[in-house]
Amino acid sequence: MSMSSDPMILLWTLAKILVIAVPLIIAVAMYVWWERKVIGWMHVRMGPNKIGPFGLLQAFADVTKLLIKEIIIPTNANRFLYFTAPLLAVIPALAVWAIIPFDNGAVLSNANAGVLFLLAMTSLGVYGIILAGWASNSRYALLGAMRSAAQMISYEICMGMALVCVLILAGSLNFTAIVEAQAGGKGLFDWFWLPLLPMFFVYYISGVAETNRLPFDVAEGESEIVAGFHVEYSGSAFALFFLAEYANMILLSFLAPILFLGGWLSPFQGWHLGWFSQPGWWWLFLKFFIFATSLIWLRATFPRYRYDQIMRLGWKVFIPISIAWIFVAGLFKYFNVVTIGH
Amino acid sequence: MLAGYWPILLFLIVAGGIGVALIVIGWIAGPRRPSAEKYSPYECGFEAFEGARMKFDVRYYLIAILFILFDLEIAFLFPWATVFSKIGIVALVEMFMFLLLLVVGYIYIWKKGALEWD
Repeated sequence: MSMSSDPMILLWTLAKILVIAVPLIIAVAMYVWWERKVIGWMHVRMGPNKIGPFGLLQAFADVTKLLIKEIIIPTNANRFLYFTAPLLAVIPALAVWAIIPFDNGAVLSNANAGVLFLLAMTSLGVYGIILAGWASNSRYALLGAMRSAAQMISYEICMGMALVCVLILAGSLNFTAIVEAQAGGKGLFDWFWLPLLPMFFVYYISGVAETNRLPFDVAEGESEIVAGFHVEYSGSAFALFFLAEYANMILLSFLAPILFLGGWLSPFQGWHLGWFSQPGWWWLFLKFFIFATSLIWLRATFPRYRYDQIMRLGWKVFIPISIAWIFVAGLFKYFNVVTIGH
Repeated sequence: MLAGYWPILLFLIVAGGIGVALIVIGWIAGPRRPSAEKYSPYECGFEAFEGARMKFDVRYYLIAILFILFDLEIAFLFPWATVFSKIGIVALVEMFMFLLLLVVGYIYIWKKGALEWD
């Protein structure tokens, strides 16, 4: 197609990309603020409350601080790879938003192979971490990178199998089609969480492990290996890892509703409750907010897992459940147990 | 057919631009005060007496190999999952046989102790 050669369409697409990327970066800042605030409340303290109303500008002050700090390059580090690593972490974390729909039709690229692109981008995230550990040439960094990489690839298998189950029911690799396949007169009981209930939990827990969040954050356990793969990074190079991690958490909190909880569909669809039964982006953002807050809640509630327990959970519990549920989902689809679409 | 994909490429370029821009801003705005101790690799209070690139437990490599196997299998399942309802019982049975073979291999690596971490 010659669309890309038209400068107006190019500029328009560029504008749309910024309309996604800039709010995403601001959302990361607000998410950090919300995380510190919620954890503060759970610890019965105030959380950030000095900078701006309710401490809202705290995250922006932190970003500014990071930007004016020295970027330290360890003497033994491989300088080129040392700077490639944070870029490799942040590029997939941002670019994956090209295929995430926010409402029916509100998506930058309604690509048919959206799920494949998602898998490709989440797989690339591992390279940033392992390169960071290797290029730093520091023991703690390398240990953290190895742990983190082994953990991420292990849980990627479970996530992939959960996606396969969704695809079996939806019959499409397109995210908009996946959401619309969950529409129906029974509202929230038509969504995929019900027939795929075990996979919903597998996907959510794997997502937490994939983003190296508590209780699966052995890769950066402060008391064991200080900060893991990014121990040598400082200033804006560290800020890029931070941005990537929180963008991935926000992504997880968007994907879980899109894949299993009907995306922008109303939980009361077909219940004749007027406005409450209408689909809309606000439903997706409400579900996103609940998931994003639940990630913080997990952090405040659970102690850190041991590394061998994490690997056992991934390989010996989730993978058998996933393989079994692929059979079940296949039979569901073949015998038309689950209604798809209207 | 590919028209829906070039915005993704553009997004990749913009994301790279954001990353490079942040590093460049930090490089320009941050101070630079060299000192040998500050630039040495992190250790718990002593000088690093050998390189960090040490030998690694073979289990990490084993996990990587197993990951490739399982990830490839998922790559095979993706196209099947999208179209199998249009092909019918043949696709269902064939993929179940493929998965059963995978389960046999999975039981084998479990029994061999490849998944143990202690």
